[in-house]
Amino acid sequence: MPKVTVDGQEIEVPEGATVLQACELAGKEIPRFCYHERLSIAGNCRMCLVEVKPGPPKPQASCALPATDGQEIRTDSQMVKTAREGVMEFLLINHPLDCPICDQGGECDLQDQSVAYGRGATRYEENKRAVTEKYMGPLIKTVMTRCIHCTRCVRFSEEIAGVDEIGAVGRGEDMQITTYLEQAAEHELSANVIDLCPVGALTSRPYAFEARPWELKKTLSIDVSDAVGANIRLDSRGREVMRALPRVNDAVNEEWLSDKGRYMVDGLSKRRLDKVFMRKKDGLKPVSWDEAFKAIAKAKPGKDIAAIAGDLVDCETMFAAKALLKACGSSLIEGRQTGMDYDVSNLAAVNFNSTFEGLEQAKAILIVGSHIRWEAPLVNVRIRKAVKRGAKVFVVGPHWDTTYPAEFLGTDLAVLNDLPGHIADAFKGAERSAVIVGGGALKGAHGKALALASEWGADFNVLHFSAARMGGLMLGFAQKGGMNDIVVAKPKVLISLGADEMNFEPFADSLKVYIGHHGDKGAHAADIILPAASFAEKDGTYVNTEGRVQFAEKAVFAPGDAREDWTILRALADALGVSVGFDTFAQLQSAMIAEVPALGEEGLADYGALPKADAKTKAQGTMGAYPIKDFYLTNPIARASAVMQHCSSELLHGGELAEAAE
Amino acid sequence: MADRSPAPDTPELRERWGAFEFTESYRAKADRAIARYPEGRQRSAVMPLLDLAQRQVGEETDTQGWLPLPVIEYVADYLDMPVIRVLEVASFYFMYNMKPVGKYHVQVCGTTPCMLRGSDGLIETCKKRGMSKGHVSEDGLWTLTEVECMGNCATAPMVQINDDNYEDLTPERLDEILDELAAGKQPKTGTQIEGKHTSEPEGGPTTLREMVDANHDYRGEWK
Repeated sequence: MPKVTVDGQEIEVPEGATVLQACELAGKEIPRFCYHERLSIAGNCRMCLVEVKPGPPKPQASCALPATDGQEIRTDSQMVKTAREGVMEFLLINHPLDCPICDQGGECDLQDQSVAYGRGATRYEENKRAVTEKYMGPLIKTVMTRCIHCTRCVRFSEEIAGVDEIGAVGRGEDMQITTYLEQAAEHELSANVIDLCPVGALTSRPYAFEARPWELKKTLSIDVSDAVGANIRLDSRGREVMRALPRVNDAVNEEWLSDKGRYMVDGLSKRRLDKVFMRKKDGLKPVSWDEAFKAIAKAKPGKDIAAIAGDLVDCETMFAAKALLKACGSSLIEGRQTGMDYDVSNLAAVNFNSTFEGLEQAKAILIVGSHIRWEAPLVNVRIRKAVKRGAKVFVVGPHWDTTYPAEFLGTDLAVLNDLPGHIADAFKGAERSAVIVGGGALKGAHGKALALASEWGADFNVLHFSAARMGGLMLGFAQKGGMNDIVVAKPKVLISLGADEMNFEPFADSLKVYIGHHGDKGAHAADIILPAASFAEKDGTYVNTEGRVQFAEKAVFAPGDAREDWTILRALADALGVSVGFDTFAQLQSAMIAEVPALGEEGLADYGALPKADAKTKAQGTMGAYPIKDFYLTNPIARASAVMQHCSSELLHGGELAEAAE
Repeated sequence: MADRSPAPDTPELRERWGAFEFTESYRAKADRAIARYPEGRQRSAVMPLLDLAQRQVGEETDTQGWLPLPVIEYVADYLDMPVIRVLEVASFYFMYNMKPVGKYHVQVCGTTPCMLRGSDGLIETCKKRGMSKGHVSEDGLWTLTEVECMGNCATAPMVQINDDNYEDLTPERLDEILDELAAGKQPKTGTQIEGKHTSEPEGGPTTLREMVDANHDYRGEWK
């Protein structure tokens, strides 16, 4: 471990660290634009200059200089100060002074660093360079005159996203960042370049001119658009969520966020259920809470009551529903809306056991029936990292565009029963490996995949898609026969907790009560609609597909008459004349934690050991298509979002439309 | 600096170049270039392949050749690499023409040594013949570009026309060279001064004279 001296302070730095990292370890701030912890080193902005002895008597770019034993680094000398001022002055030569109309204003690296390290005034009197705007799709707004050529966006799309779309065309002063022929950036992580851009060249198109960062309230939340549980920050103003930004959590999302998680938030203020509705002769009519509760009580459900949890609900809501049903004497609860009925007697067998971080270490990965780029874009990033470290990837299922080399083994799940020899060799030779089963293949290949994993000593993973899934399973939202058991039970009252993907047809005779936030499929089928809160409007606990328990906080109030879900269920208990045993959210939470202690502790839940696999099980069936038909429109919030609809029509269906027009 | 943006992507461009493919002899050369690099590193051959593609376009159009977007896409496809990466290379290096050029691409060096030795006069000569910077002349014969240092400062001023350098030029000599080219002849390349071979001093060596005829050990004379 090399020992270096930073401004007179001697510290030891890890092998392979750069001078910049050494300075950071010593607590010194080094200004930078092109350097980013998660991207390769470019060394082209020159802002991180420091003085290093021994070495040439001139400032050196610390980001690209390895720290070696005995170095004497100065970050506070006159030479460094002048060098930074000089670099900043050159960067600002061609940078427009349009901060007052720039969306990056207030959270701009260039702004902050020019205040801290700049000269304060310009000596430049000649003409500035101007660059034409480049189209990069419906999410990224470009003002390329502001670009300082750090190439973070180019490196992100090549290295992290694995989609070479953005490039630097031309050279020197004429260098321009663009996509090929200004085509839209077409991948699920494209908007991360907006966060990466240190200036206002790439900004958010839907959020353009909407708000200033200092007028926004920041709330820590969890992304519910998939089961990754990305850590996000909701920025709100008044009653409106203006934007969602990723937070850093190395174990979950690093610092990325999928485009859907980031941009579906405009759907939070559209198509909202803000009144109580009841189905009368001429359709759904607004009624009072009282009237609705009376109607439900009138149905006299007794113990013939069932609850179906949707994909976006938090554990507290599910627990409140479970408590209500328990008080009524029913245990008809189910969360797997689409009718899946895999065995949940051992939760480890339906969990992502590698963890996302651990997946990076795998040397061989078998994906069974999962379109990972759409079902969990951030897990795809991890697999790509593993592939860069030498992992081999095999996929069973229809072809999709991986961002890394992968061998597709066909759509017949039975291929697992007799895998080609080289796959078993790859797994047996691997120190760490992983089998990932997607939701689409749980029916046909769960047992066989489990057997293969135990045979190879590989980590067994199930990749869920719904943010509520693991929490629901922990709370027992699963019947042995899945939805079918609920149908057979013929409940008098069916409570749908934002369940929009389920089939309501078999429940024609039941009183269907929809407790949810968006006027989507569930609300259309419902007899009574009780308006509830979305993930942004309530505190809640979510469990991601790795079994990681995470808390989200309430950012804004629900619109109109909408209430937080648990209060509705609590009031419903009164209407039905039963007692659920909690009157406050805190009581509800402690009752929930008393029942499932793991939900009370942030971090990975312990599900114990995997069940013993039956080596004789055979996989059967074929993967016809993946469950997700349209990445941008998978949940009611996204379907209500104008931005997501635009993305879907332009990025996914744009090609088809253009062909039809020709 | 010349405009390095690619020629616009029009239906006419697609129609003319959409079906571009290496001819057999160019394909052989391309594959030889790729074979120079280890397995999995085919992308390294992007520069020779772009050059070959430009030459083939040149043969087809009887010009020095240029790189239409469909041809760039063809090269990207040939090397199985993202087309933006190929465009980055093509737009970076001046030896790739992004717009159509004439049969002779006259690149006059205008950097300091050449300028001091009279490159302004060379540009004047070219302009007098109807060339203008960045444009193809009306007869389709010439394209004039002012370029930065070509590394022939010892024989300044110089002009590069297609694959050949013409050095130690005077406006009159350049005029003769252009006449010869227009007439379809091959002018003398390299230095244009009688008796000079390459970049040695005019009128014979000025230093290391004993070395001219035989090897000479200077070490004893070191002071």
